[in-house]
Amino acid sequence: MFIILVLLLVLMILGAIVALESRDLLSGIISLGIIGFALTVIFLLLQAPDLAIVQIVIETITLVILIAAVLKTTKTDTTDEIGLPKMTLWLIGLAFIVIFLISAYKSCQHLPEFGSPVLRMAQYYIDQGFAVTGASNLVAAVILDFRGYDTLGEATVLFTSVAGVIAVLRKVGRTRP
Amino acid sequence: MRGMTIIVKRITQLMTPSIFLLGVYVILHGHLTPGGGFAGGVLIAGAFVLMVLAFGLEETKSEIHKWHVSFSESLGIFLFWFLAVLGLIQGTYLFYNMLAKGVVAIPGRLFSAGIIPLCNLAIGIEVAAALYAIFLTLAVLKMVEKL
Amino acid sequence: MILYILSILLFVIGLYGVLVKRNLIKIIIGLMIVEYAVNLFFTLIGYRNGGTPPIITKGMGEQIVFVDPLPQALVLTAIVIGLGTTALLVSFAVRIYEKYNTFDVRKIRKLRG
Repeated sequence: MFIILVLLLVLMILGAIVALESRDLLSGIISLGIIGFALTVIFLLLQAPDLAIVQIVIETITLVILIAAVLKTTKTDTTDEIGLPKMTLWLIGLAFIVIFLISAYKSCQHLPEFGSPVLRMAQYYIDQGFAVTGASNLVAAVILDFRGYDTLGEATVLFTSVAGVIAVLRKVGRTRP
Repeated sequence: MRGMTIIVKRITQLMTPSIFLLGVYVILHGHLTPGGGFAGGVLIAGAFVLMVLAFGLEETKSEIHKWHVSFSESLGIFLFWFLAVLGLIQGTYLFYNMLAKGVVAIPGRLFSAGIIPLCNLAIGIEVAAALYAIFLTLAVLKMVEKL
Repeated sequence: MILYILSILLFVIGLYGVLVKRNLIKIIIGLMIVEYAVNLFFTLIGYRNGGTPPIITKGMGEQIVFVDPLPQALVLTAIVIGLGTTALLVSFAVRIYEKYNTFDVRKIRKLRG
């Protein structure tokens, strides 16, 4: 199973490189769909069925929104320009990324190894969750009973984002005085 | 927005009740099987998106009006706040799980786990309406010509 | 250990897309890759060898090994919030294209009018 996880992660990295570097915007968005579906399979292999259901449906709706937005406007990426400013920007970006990777490698050596988590807070939820709440699904008990404020905040953020989308795209605009 | 050919319309007529029923099942059994409010809500929104893509906007508007969507989204989040405040009214703290838990209702049955199934219902209604509203605004309705 | 490094590599590729690219849609794609990588990293931390999903069923034995339910609860909320963020970004991009007729961020410089 370890080998399958590594192969799926390599597929996701290749898909990300294709999505960012392709000149046609539509094929870039379809490569983004490959990353989302590979993530669903990884969630199923890591024993998390709730996350897999949510991820696959939201991935499909996001693809539909992005394709509709691209088909209404332009279809190709026409912002290429060869010159000195592009090369310096690319080199600065590369240097930042190398520094980030080195510091991440040094700090990942202190994490517990893959497959044996620390479980300091979750041991109370696993032992007493069924007796205190009465729910068989421990993830639902955690998000709605032990940590209910986080779910309240999430519902408010979703409501605000819908209000924001409708407010930005309304037909009524500002008129000049 | 136009719909698609007659084969797509016929298959959508056969499949949309099953997807809708699966979404309602996942919401109601959120405390017993994997799923819950979020998973069921996005499944119901997926069924609505399929209907709009296959039949076009004009035919779907006669089934699901715009005031249905805005009313049910506000109702979902109001119901969630109401269930949270219910604990305050009784004299204990916010979000107190005050309905029957395991003495009258047996754990493992549908009527158990206190306030959790009602919270799942409120979250499911809100997420379904919100995702459908986002999809309609971004992908279907027309762009204005000039500012 | 190598799984953690690969997911951080995915995060860094998305970050490169946000920093260096000049097309607005490519910036949005880079932000979505960053979001996928963070959700994946959280779920990788909570995995346990030989574990089962954290659901209690009837007729279970006494010693059953569950995976960690706490990172799954956090990532469940994060996926839905990510959709809200992406929708708002796409609506901004569509509005900017209506006004300036291009997606290039170097040409979108007029702050008034």
